Amino acid sequence: MFESLSDRLNETFGRLSRKGRLTEKDVDEAMREVRRALLEADVNFKVTKDFVAAVRERAVGQDVLGSLTPGQTAIGIVNEELIKVLGTDRVPLMNPDRPPQILMLVGLQGSGKTTHAAKLAVHLRKEGRNPLLVAGDVYRPAAVNQLQALGRQINVPVYEEGTTKNPVDIAANSVKFARERGFNPVIVDTAGRLQIDERMMQELVDVKDKINPTEILLVADAMTGQEAVGVAETFHERLGVTGLILTKMDGDARGGAALSIRAVTGVPIKFIGTGEKVDALEPFYPERLASRILGMGDIVSLVERAQEQTDEQEAQRLQDRLMKGQFDLEDFLDQLQKIKKMGPLGQLLEMIPGLGSQMRQAKAQISDDDYKRLEGIIYSMTPHERRNPEIIGGSRRRRIARGSGTSNADVNQILSQFKQMQKMMGQFGAMAKKGKLPKNLPFEF
Amino acid sequence: MVFSRLFRRRAEPDIQLEQGLEKTRRGVFSEITRLFDRSSIDEELYEDLEMLLIQADVGWDVSQKLVSDLRGRVDRDRISDPADAREVLRIEMIELLELATRNRKVKILQRGTPFVIMVVGVNGVGKTTSIAKIAAYHKRFGRQVLLAAGDTFRAAAIDQLKVWGERLDAPVISHQQGADPGAVVFDAMEAAHNRNYDVLIVDTAGRLHTKFNLMEELKKIRRIMQRHVPEAPQEVLLVIDATTGQNGLVHAKKFAESVEITDIMIAKLDGTAKGGIAFSVAKELGTPISYVGTGEKATDMAEFKPETYVDSLFFGVGEGL
Repeated sequence: MFESLSDRLNETFGRLSRKGRLTEKDVDEAMREVRRALLEADVNFKVTKDFVAAVRERAVGQDVLGSLTPGQTAIGIVNEELIKVLGTDRVPLMNPDRPPQILMLVGLQGSGKTTHAAKLAVHLRKEGRNPLLVAGDVYRPAAVNQLQALGRQINVPVYEEGTTKNPVDIAANSVKFARERGFNPVIVDTAGRLQIDERMMQELVDVKDKINPTEILLVADAMTGQEAVGVAETFHERLGVTGLILTKMDGDARGGAALSIRAVTGVPIKFIGTGEKVDALEPFYPERLASRILGMGDIVSLVERAQEQTDEQEAQRLQDRLMKGQFDLEDFLDQLQKIKKMGPLGQLLEMIPGLGSQMRQAKAQISDDDYKRLEGIIYSMTPHERRNPEIIGGSRRRRIARGSGTSNADVNQILSQFKQMQKMMGQFGAMAKKGKLPKNLPFEF
Repeated sequence: MVFSRLFRRRAEPDIQLEQGLEKTRRGVFSEITRLFDRSSIDEELYEDLEMLLIQADVGWDVSQKLVSDLRGRVDRDRISDPADAREVLRIEMIELLELATRNRKVKILQRGTPFVIMVVGVNGVGKTTSIAKIAAYHKRFGRQVLLAAGDTFRAAAIDQLKVWGERLDAPVISHQQGADPGAVVFDAMEAAHNRNYDVLIVDTAGRLHTKFNLMEELKKIRRIMQRHVPEAPQEVLLVIDATTGQNGLVHAKKFAESVEITDIMIAKLDGTAKGGIAFSVAKELGTPISYVGTGEKATDMAEFKPETYVDSLFFGVGEGL
């Protein structure tokens, strides 16, 4: 959708010959692009301004190293500065002086508090803990049921007192309950609220004063726009937020909100929510978010999507077959379907870093219809033919072409392409055995 | 407007919107008004204006366009009074949003054929609450409304819709959590038809537009509806959270590609968010923006009107003037 910053910077610097040093004028031009990229990624206006000023100062007079283009040099500086703001160290959850550890989740409506309460419970139980979930959202219809349903699903007990009691009392009672029964941590869900709703904000302050939570985690949607700063500032001011959970990162929002919140409040990002499943919670990696904000592709997400579709054993089996040159059309079809499940080809290509403008053109030439035709041809073969494509002669070929609504030539083309591929795979296999496989596949920014 | 003739409203919509947006009025809007409260038009004015627009999530592209168009008009027409410039900007903004109202289609409710509304959106934008609002809206015209709990994925989404169904006296067709949403929709279509409901509102699970399979599922639900009523769903409503940043345009585009969105509702305008994403959506997509949501109650909804939207969110008419 948006052109990536790396593309744009390379464009900006493209017409300059390689120079030994970034001049003030080069930098000014580049900073305009940086500013735009950050704003398009929803980084707050004021945060962007400060950030650009910091980068600018570092960039002027910077030496362009031998193998790098000026664009790459600038991107490198921006990337480093981003990581600096996002926080380089991973900050774990704090421990209380006296158990139980109490985690209180707060945020706007629809940011994902209830789901993330359950995710945290799953995550902490994996560490051998004995969590208790607390249904503190008495306002939203069926919020208590939602937490209960999640609790049943993950087999974690849920403390609730229905929807008629006061959330402050519910929270206090839940902590008492946890102490008596030995639950630790206590994860308190709260109702979503607008930061300008004074009565509701006061309620959170009251809950906080009553139970003295170990952590107050602000749950924020990665898609949030410029208001992220106002929201985070108010929650932080009133409650003293200790950590941030950034949700819905499995989408394609650039997630600039995280940078803004972090820059303004200084609160560390503790977790990233990456899906609707209860185990879709990850520790925060600043490098990944930085390259995402810059639109430099997201190879990690691509790999993750691929992993969603294959299990490890199967992948190993496939790799073995590939290496031995036993890869047949059945395997090929299987792979084709997995790729299809990952999303439209165009979208997948967009996630590969460094595939700039050339790839965008190539994308137009590979259509999802090509897939379909290919699939149709393979489907029109018998399983025996798929496993032994060499037996396909004139009459079989005619049948396959008719069955798939294609021509003999189409079938031939697929078969010869497949043969070539098989041969290449075989060679790869042989090379790998001799240890000659190229080590690094050439991805570059 | 044809649309309003068909969906005539008993309550006074503008009053509702303005009340709902009152809280929102403390932000950018009066700042924009205040910005023009100066003796001359200078470079600083344009810079500050760009900043305010971006802070309202209007987006980089659209902000640039608004500012440069204003600059062009000011230069060409030799406008020197900042108050006149403010009016030029105001009209520019209204006209931009009108791109999102001129494509509104006439909606016809036919006796004997359920008017099917499919509500879609990413997670947490307020789909279920918006459904309650749409249901209440149709109820006010004395229409019989049936709800379908098509979100079988999220825990207790069915219960949430049932609570609203009870409050609004609208029956809910539901299956168990984890059931096939297609089956729920199938049953709901049958029920709407057999029991002669005027309006059927179908909830769907929140989904990120990047989840290919889930987007395909929406197409399937749509096909199931069409088996009963060929023109269904007569309304496909995309709900967008007003706090959404520039990704809002991306997801609106993706939803439009897969399920032919007919209407957009901007929800949660009762916060401090200015819903600036409406401008990019209007400019880039042209899909009609039809409603705005302004609170948690079933009555907190109004028709989207460009002039009211611009005035209450950006210019704070009646304040600071």
